[in-house]
Amino acid sequence: MRLNESTIVSASPKLIWDYIADPGNALHYMSGVTRWEVVSERRSGLGARYRMLIQVGSAEVGGLIEVVEFSPERDMAWSSVTGVDQRGRWRLRGVGGSRTRVEFRFAYGVAGAGITGYISELVAAPSLRRHLRRSLQLLKRQVEHERLRRDAAARQATPEATTA
Amino acid sequence: MADPAILAERAKKNGGGEAGAGEGSSSFAERMAPLGVAGDAFARVGGGVADAATAVAGGIVGRVGRRIGQVLSADLDDRDPDYIRENLPLSWLAATLWYRAEVRNMGNVPERGAVLLVGNHTGGNMSPEVIVLPLAFSTYFGVERPFYQLAHNLVLASPLGPFLRRYGAMPASHEHAREALRSGAAVLVFPGGDWEVHRPSWEGNRVDFAGRTGFVKLALSENVEIVPVVTIGGQETALFLSRGAWLAKLTRADRLLRLKVIPISLALPWILNVGDLLGHLPLPAKITIEVLPPIDPHERFGHEPDPDEVYEHVIGVMQEALDGLAAERRFPVIG
Repeated sequence: MRLNESTIVSASPKLIWDYIADPGNALHYMSGVTRWEVVSERRSGLGARYRMLIQVGSAEVGGLIEVVEFSPERDMAWSSVTGVDQRGRWRLRGVGGSRTRVEFRFAYGVAGAGITGYISELVAAPSLRRHLRRSLQLLKRQVEHERLRRDAAARQATPEATTA
Repeated sequence: MADPAILAERAKKNGGGEAGAGEGSSSFAERMAPLGVAGDAFARVGGGVADAATAVAGGIVGRVGRRIGQVLSADLDDRDPDYIRENLPLSWLAATLWYRAEVRNMGNVPERGAVLLVGNHTGGNMSPEVIVLPLAFSTYFGVERPFYQLAHNLVLASPLGPFLRRYGAMPASHEHAREALRSGAAVLVFPGGDWEVHRPSWEGNRVDFAGRTGFVKLALSENVEIVPVVTIGGQETALFLSRGAWLAKLTRADRLLRLKVIPISLALPWILNVGDLLGHLPLPAKITIEVLPPIDPHERFGHEPDPDEVYEHVIGVMQEALDGLAAERRFPVIG
């Protein structure tokens, strides 16, 4: 099962990228995620590994994941190494005027589970879709807040520019 | 532990198999001889019937002996991580849709190494925590982390036995638990066993291990931490009326089958359910499970702890947590 949600964020791809590429921020904006722990020497980037868990129905589901695509300010994708099969992707595309289209894709399932696997994917979909939407909302709020904070800091640093 | 070959041999000695059948027929004919000609004919016919009956009985005893041998044996390799993984969706569906299960603080289980999880047992033979807890453990730590559950012999002898073994269920014995702990696995025990699982519904919020301190001795001898796990809601999946301890004594099931109880309950689809041997359709009661912080008996009670003292402590913290969960519940079944 593959889910796909997107939103427009009023910030540059770089600002968004800096935020999502830092694993320390994951618990602040990824809805339903109860754990996002660095388990590799590399904290971020291609090959970085995390142990993640997300609350789905009665269980915290997840496992070991690895970043398999890391294209700065464009794409970051991960794939599961252990646990329930999953692939996730953040896709950033500038739409002009310092605005960015952010897409969050999430595919999941259990290979070999048969009909029960298919049913459970369907049952889990609404809850996971809510998590995806909420994650995008949180990301948008935090990044836009960060942009406003930076802009304000820049204005304070150059008071003559604002008074002029 | 009982070896199948030894058990089969014992069954043979006790009258099972061909040798037992032959002995039975001759003694029957001898007993009938004083009755004269008619008695002779009767003795021949009777001897034949006795022959057949004893052969059948011997065959059954032999088979039962072999079956018991299989049931009582345990192999850590019976647990199959791939099988568990493929069946996670089924457990998840049951836990999520039927029981609306909630598992709290799974992170209290140490990240790695041997550990003894001690739970209160609920819900009769259709115990919900037996589905929910292994699911939560497997999704949280991954199916790769070995996790075994000690189960009653009769449960493993049931048609569900082979399925449960692949999940990591083993016949309850100190030897099996020790073997699993020494391999570095997490082991789940329900010390209250059949006594606790069939308690009346109105005692549902009470931890009752019936004074069984074996789990404490096991934790002390293997030097592992005890992680108490408390479940609520299971006793609302049917109306459990009585353990039926008197019935177990009356039918001698306590001696023959290690059954201290023959429970009596009102449950679907049987309405009046005696014994619960065929299970029942559990009501969709909300199940809440809370994993409590680990207890290191040596750290808490010194170098040579008194098992009774540790037992009382474990029961105490579990009862306290169960009282807390009970206070959160507003309605039976609904939760």
